[in-house]
Amino acid sequence: MKVLLVDDEHELVSTLAERLTLRGIEADWTVSGEEALSLAEKNTYDVAVLDVKLPRISGLELKRRLHAKRPAMKFIFMTGHGSEEDFRNYSAETSEGCYLVKPVSIEDLIRTMNDLMKASEVKP
Amino acid sequence: MALWKTLKPEFWDYVDAAAGPFTPLFNFRRMWQLAVLLTVGVAVVPLVGITAVDYQVTQKSIESEIALRASRLASNTRRTISFFLEERRAALEYIVRDNSFERLNDPERLQAILNNLKSSFEGFTDLGVIDPLGYQRIYVGPYKLEGVDYGGQAWYREVLERGVYVSDVFLGFRQVPHLIIAVKHEVGSGGQFVLRATLDTEQFNHLISYPEVAGGGDAFLINRAGKLQTPSLSHGNVLDTISLPVPEPSPNTEVIESTDSRNQLNVVGYAYIEKTPFILMIVKNKKDLMKPWYTTRLQLMGFLAGSITIILAVILGVATYLVNKIYLADQRRITMLHQVEYSNKMVTIGRLAAGVAHEINNPLAIINEKAGLIKDLFSLRPDCARDEKLMNTVNAIIVSVERCAKITRRLLGFMRNTGVVTEGIDLKETIHEVLGFLNKEAEYRSFHISVHAEDDVPQITSDRGRLQEIFLNVINNSFAAMQDGGHLEITVRRAQENSVAVIISDDGCGIPKADLERVFEPFFSTRTGKGGTGLGLSITSGLVQELGGRIQVDSEVGKGTSFTILLPIRTEGKEKTSYEGALGR
Repeated sequence: MKVLLVDDEHELVSTLAERLTLRGIEADWTVSGEEALSLAEKNTYDVAVLDVKLPRISGLELKRRLHAKRPAMKFIFMTGHGSEEDFRNYSAETSEGCYLVKPVSIEDLIRTMNDLMKASEVKP
Repeated sequence: MALWKTLKPEFWDYVDAAAGPFTPLFNFRRMWQLAVLLTVGVAVVPLVGITAVDYQVTQKSIESEIALRASRLASNTRRTISFFLEERRAALEYIVRDNSFERLNDPERLQAILNNLKSSFEGFTDLGVIDPLGYQRIYVGPYKLEGVDYGGQAWYREVLERGVYVSDVFLGFRQVPHLIIAVKHEVGSGGQFVLRATLDTEQFNHLISYPEVAGGGDAFLINRAGKLQTPSLSHGNVLDTISLPVPEPSPNTEVIESTDSRNQLNVVGYAYIEKTPFILMIVKNKKDLMKPWYTTRLQLMGFLAGSITIILAVILGVATYLVNKIYLADQRRITMLHQVEYSNKMVTIGRLAAGVAHEINNPLAIINEKAGLIKDLFSLRPDCARDEKLMNTVNAIIVSVERCAKITRRLLGFMRNTGVVTEGIDLKETIHEVLGFLNKEAEYRSFHISVHAEDDVPQITSDRGRLQEIFLNVINNSFAAMQDGGHLEITVRRAQENSVAVIISDDGCGIPKADLERVFEPFFSTRTGKGGTGLGLSITSGLVQELGGRIQVDSEVGKGTSFTILLPIRTEGKEKTSYEGALGR
């Protein structure tokens, strides 16, 4: 499984990538949407974990562009904010349970990723 | 007192607790009093005024009518009596002018004259001729009065002085009332003689016994000493002294009111009859005369009393109804105001809390990841992995972060949804959750808390956040009422087919009866100044209503208070989405 992490908090995203790597999940990370798009161009990711609030390109916008490039890619949103409006918008864009409020424990994140992968295997 | 309690309108004892030291917008009791006072004043005062005027006018007119009638009667009767005496005096005058002293000294002639008089005028009894010296020269009549000397008598002197004399009534030898009329005649050469006649008074009696008088009163003659000259119906017989005072002399007919010896008020019409000692009296009992007026007066008063009673009843009813309506509207206004105020407050708090939570969540996430990484790295190194102290320290950081996360998620939860969001709820579990928030205080004050749920209580569909707040408020309220070491009992049971009851009973100080119906009023608090806002139970009541339930309170001072919250098994609302789940609610 190959994961792309996008969050404007450098410390958060880099640490998370390192921890995932330690658990045998290949993870690339970036702090901007533009870089995420270029990374997605070069590599194929199974799952993208996106922060909702990103500079310049919002999480939602980024998801749409990534989806256009890689239709098979799955998405998980992470947010520090808990407004219901956000939740509705983002829930519509992704599978159920893929909208997580920070701080997220690494076990929950991995479980969510695995669930997503399994779901995609069931319906090819 | 019991009647007053049932009649007392709702607003009577209402005090706007929220107004504090300021004048409240509405003082319902004053409003009611003012409305009643003004309307009663405006309606009743003119009515009473008109009735009083009408009373006076009617009484006056009836009194003046009575006076007028008495006066007219007296006046007519006086004229009749005057005429009667005048007629007889004129007859005697004619006799002395027509007959010389010498001719009158002829007994036969005198007898003939008496006979003529008797047949022409009723009442003549005898005739006598008195010479200038006062001796009765000739007498014709039933007695032997010839030669009687009248020279020294007062009446004789008077007749000489005035030319004519009418005597008081006296009882003659026959014990029949009589009076004397005497006329003087002057003869050319300075000589004079007097012709005297006796009249019986039978005629008077006929003259004054008018049918009009006989109906309602009495008519009679008196002399100036107050002695009756004619018989009366109720004031005594001839020559008795009447019980009424003798009226003041007056040339005209007068009407006065006068009290007799029996203390009866009488209307007296009287007239002094000229050139006689007689006073005509028409006496009527005032009470009898006023009888028709008393009936009218009773009707008038009855009508007034009836009208006032109806007016009062209508005014009291209408004022109470209207003020009560205003009161209810005001109550609704206050409740709405507080609800708006409360929800505004909650929205503000929600925004603030969510903002803070968001700002904290990002650094918290970093701490979480960093600590996690440290743990991961240590776990990979056997020497560190075995270092218990190190691992515990890292774990402590992670656990603390989790605690922080819980707090920020709860803060995010303050972003209340506007609508009721329902989900399946186990009430016992929810109550335990709420008690969890209050653990610290309960332990500190060593309360004994027991939660008992009966087996047949179903899972209900309701709003978790609202339920938590309801229970939190009620339990907090109980805590405030209890002494340290108090007992709190929470029972959950099925109430009806489609509702459950949560009963929260404490053994605290209780609520006085007077306050009981007001505990759910906004800003009603007995703990003002001691941290109570008076909002808790008001909000609670509002929340219970939002969930389609009811809240009741029973209390006894000194024994404790029991709140019963009735909740429908199914509350209508938006189904909970997993958003709330994402927040960990």
